[in-house]
Amino acid sequence: MSIPSFRSPVLLRWLLLLGLLAPASRLRAQETYFVTYSHQMEEPGNLELGTKTVAGSPRGGNPFFAPTLEVEYGVKTWWTSELYLDGQSTAGESTVFTGFRWENRFRPLLREHRINPVLYVEFENINSADKSLLEVVGHDGREDFLGRNDRSEREREMELKLILSSNVRGWNISENFIAEKNLAAEPWEFGYALGVSRPLSLKASANACTFCRENFAAGLELYGGLGDRYSFGLHNTSHYLAPILTFAVPNGPTIKLSPGFGLNDYSHGALFRVAVSYEIEQFAEKLRRH
Amino acid sequence: MLPRKILSALLVLGSISMLLASAGDGAWLKNVPEKERTRANPLAEEAESAAAGGKLFRQHCASCHGEDAQGKGKKPSLRSEHVRNATPGELQWLLTNGSMKNGMPSWSRLPEPQRWQIVTYLKSLQ
Repeated sequence: MSIPSFRSPVLLRWLLLLGLLAPASRLRAQETYFVTYSHQMEEPGNLELGTKTVAGSPRGGNPFFAPTLEVEYGVKTWWTSELYLDGQSTAGESTVFTGFRWENRFRPLLREHRINPVLYVEFENINSADKSLLEVVGHDGREDFLGRNDRSEREREMELKLILSSNVRGWNISENFIAEKNLAAEPWEFGYALGVSRPLSLKASANACTFCRENFAAGLELYGGLGDRYSFGLHNTSHYLAPILTFAVPNGPTIKLSPGFGLNDYSHGALFRVAVSYEIEQFAEKLRRH
Repeated sequence: MLPRKILSALLVLGSISMLLASAGDGAWLKNVPEKERTRANPLAEEAESAAAGGKLFRQHCASCHGEDAQGKGKKPSLRSEHVRNATPGELQWLLTNGSMKNGMPSWSRLPEPQRWQIVTYLKSLQ
């Protein structure tokens, strides 16, 4: 395998291009949540690069952290496409790449309504060592994390979500209903995610400022499994409650922090999530120009 | 017959182009409900509203409409007659709903007072 050299003209060209694009990029406060989706779409032509990491220490298992690299692109005002690359590292075991996900979100109604639906379709190709916890479905729980890292089982799954979201007096209220199907012969699994969030100030200040309240948002997420088609319900699965704080650094990245707390014995006691994302505005246009 | 098919395709393409061009030229105004059209800007008289709106404009709108709001490429100028003549309520409606068929996203993610601040700024440009 050849290691790219910094003298490589192709690599240099890419670094130069990123350097040219980055200073022109600006803050855009994106999704406030970690698990829940709102009806907010990526703006057409914009590219968002980000990472989401979850860390936990399951009772009876080894502590882990699972970073996810995200590349999101606004194809149209009503269509956002996103690629995730997942990995994880477990103390005393190994660090492994666990697979990829490709999601597409479609907004069928082109105007703002009291409740705004978005249809979400995702294909996942991950292995059994995945710990990214981007959603909870079926009977997912703490016990899935107790075995040693094992990549032998490949999971090719289709995930569908109905996203309902409203903006009311500065608050965002979002509800997600999740249905996931392993394309091998396994039953449909279900899950939910609910989120509520609000910026700390509804008005912007006139002066440029980093730590003014308008750059912060606070929220709360509740998410968990709903069993599968043979045993539907809130039992024998995990549920979490997680406060969230978002800080959109002016002319810089958006940073999100969220401690999550398990609500029953099936859940991890605590999860800690952190995300950093950066948006490049009108990416395609800038590429053409350079 | 091939020429007729080509003619039909050209007519359809022409109609779509005209439709899009007219939409970018203020056709969205026809969609604004009367109740929204007549809404007054509650922040119009606030001293710092236009300056705050200018800051928001540079953060969220300038990448498409230009730092000076003169437009950029195919993205329309916001110093046009349509924007000049639009009521604050009509501009608020456009920011809230966008004009998604024409590439303008909804800005409902911004709280309503911030959208009014942008409206104040746009009106101050005229």
